[in-house]
Amino acid sequence: MGRTTLDLWVGMFVAAGLVALLVLAFKVGNMSTFNMDDSYVLHADFDNIGGLKVRAPVKSSGVVVGRVTNISFDDKRYEATVSMSVDKRYQFPTDTSAAVLTSGLLGEQYIGLEAGADSAKLASGDKIKLTQSAVVLESLISQFLFSKASEGEKK
Amino acid sequence: MLRRSAAALSGIGRRVIDAVWRLGYASRFFALTLLSSGTSFRRIGLIIKEIYFTGVLSLIIILVSGLFVGMVLGLQGYETLQTYGSESALGVLVALSLVRELGPVVAALLFASRAGSAITAEIGLMKATEQLTAMEMMAIDPIARVVAPRFWAGVISMPLLAAMFSAMGVFGGYLVGVVLIGVDEGSFWSQMQSAVDVKHDVLNGVIKSFVFGIACTWIALLEGYDAPPTAEGVSGATTRTVVTSSLAVLALDFVLTALMFRGA
Repeated sequence: MGRTTLDLWVGMFVAAGLVALLVLAFKVGNMSTFNMDDSYVLHADFDNIGGLKVRAPVKSSGVVVGRVTNISFDDKRYEATVSMSVDKRYQFPTDTSAAVLTSGLLGEQYIGLEAGADSAKLASGDKIKLTQSAVVLESLISQFLFSKASEGEKK
Repeated sequence: MLRRSAAALSGIGRRVIDAVWRLGYASRFFALTLLSSGTSFRRIGLIIKEIYFTGVLSLIIILVSGLFVGMVLGLQGYETLQTYGSESALGVLVALSLVRELGPVVAALLFASRAGSAITAEIGLMKATEQLTAMEMMAIDPIARVVAPRFWAGVISMPLLAAMFSAMGVFGGYLVGVVLIGVDEGSFWSQMQSAVDVKHDVLNGVIKSFVFGIACTWIALLEGYDAPPTAEGVSGATTRTVVTSSLAVLALDFVLTALMFRGA
C-alpha cells in the first residue's frame, strides 16, 4: 500500500483532533495541577455541612490541596460524614481542624483545613476530630433578630 | 362516520407497526454492520478514505462555527456576569458550556447535516444505480465493503471534531473576553482550570460525542441503505437523515446529561 496525499490529510486531521483533546485536558482542565491518583483519604464529621457538594475543593491557607469525594449521613450520631481525597504531597498534623467555609458572600462552599502543631501526621483513612460546621445564614439572621427582640423587652 | 374513524384508527395502527418494523430492521442493520466490520479493519485504507470525506472535509465548518460560538459565548457571558461583578468567571462559563454541552451537540448537528446527508445521498445513489446489487453479484458484501468503513470513519471522526470545536470555542471566548473586552487573562485561565475537571467534564464530553457519532452515522447509513431507489426517494432519505439525527442527538444529549450530571 503506497502512501497517498489522502493519508497525509487524514493524519493531520487525527493529529489536530488529538492536540485539541490535549489542550482541553491540560489548558482548559486541571490535569496538570491536580492528579487524583497520588492522594489519600481523610474523613470528617460535621453537625451541618450547609450547601457543601461532592467535588468541592479542600483548601488549606487558600491553596487547593484536595477534593470532597463523598458526603453521607451517619444515622447513629446524626452527623454528616464528609470524605475527601487530599494530594499526597501535602501532609497534615493529627490535630488539624476542618471547617466548612464559603468563598465570598454567595460563593461556593469548600472545606478549609487549619493545620495544628502535632508532630504526628494524618494517615489515609484517618478522621479529623476538630470540625466546625457551615454558617447557615438563616440561623444567623434569626439569632440576630431574637437578640434584638430580647433587647427590646428589657427596655 | 364509523367507517371514517375506523379508517383513522387502522391508519394509526399501521404507522405504529411500521415504526416497530423499521426499528427492528435498524437494529439488525446495526448488528450486521458491527459483525461485518472485520474486513474494514483489515483494509484500513477504506476507513482512512472515509475519514477524509467525513472528517477532514467537515473541518472548515466545524472550526469556523466553533470559533463563532465561542465568541458569542464570550460576549453574552460577559454581559450577564458583569451585572454580578464576576467577569473573571467568564473562562469557566465558556469552557464548561463548550466542553459539556455545546461542543459535542453542535458539532454533532453540523456533522449530521454536513457528513450524514452526504453519506445518505452517496449510498442512496449507489443503490439507485444498482452498484450495491452489482457488488452482491460479484460476491462482495456491500455492508462490509461500503457501510462498515463509513460507520467506523464517522465514529472515529466525531469525537475528534467535537474536541476541535470545543478547543476552538475556548479560543474564541478568549479572543473576545480577554483580547477584545479586557477580562484579566490570569483569572480567565486559572478559574477555568480550577473549575473544569478532566474526568467529570472533558471525558464525559468525549463520551457524549462518541455516542452522537454512532447515532448520526448509523442513521445516515440506514437511511441511505433503505432509500427507495429513485431520485425522489434519495432526496427524501437525505432530508430524513438530517431531521432524525438532529432529534436523536438532542434526545440522547438529555439522557446522557441526566446520567452524567445528576446534580452531584
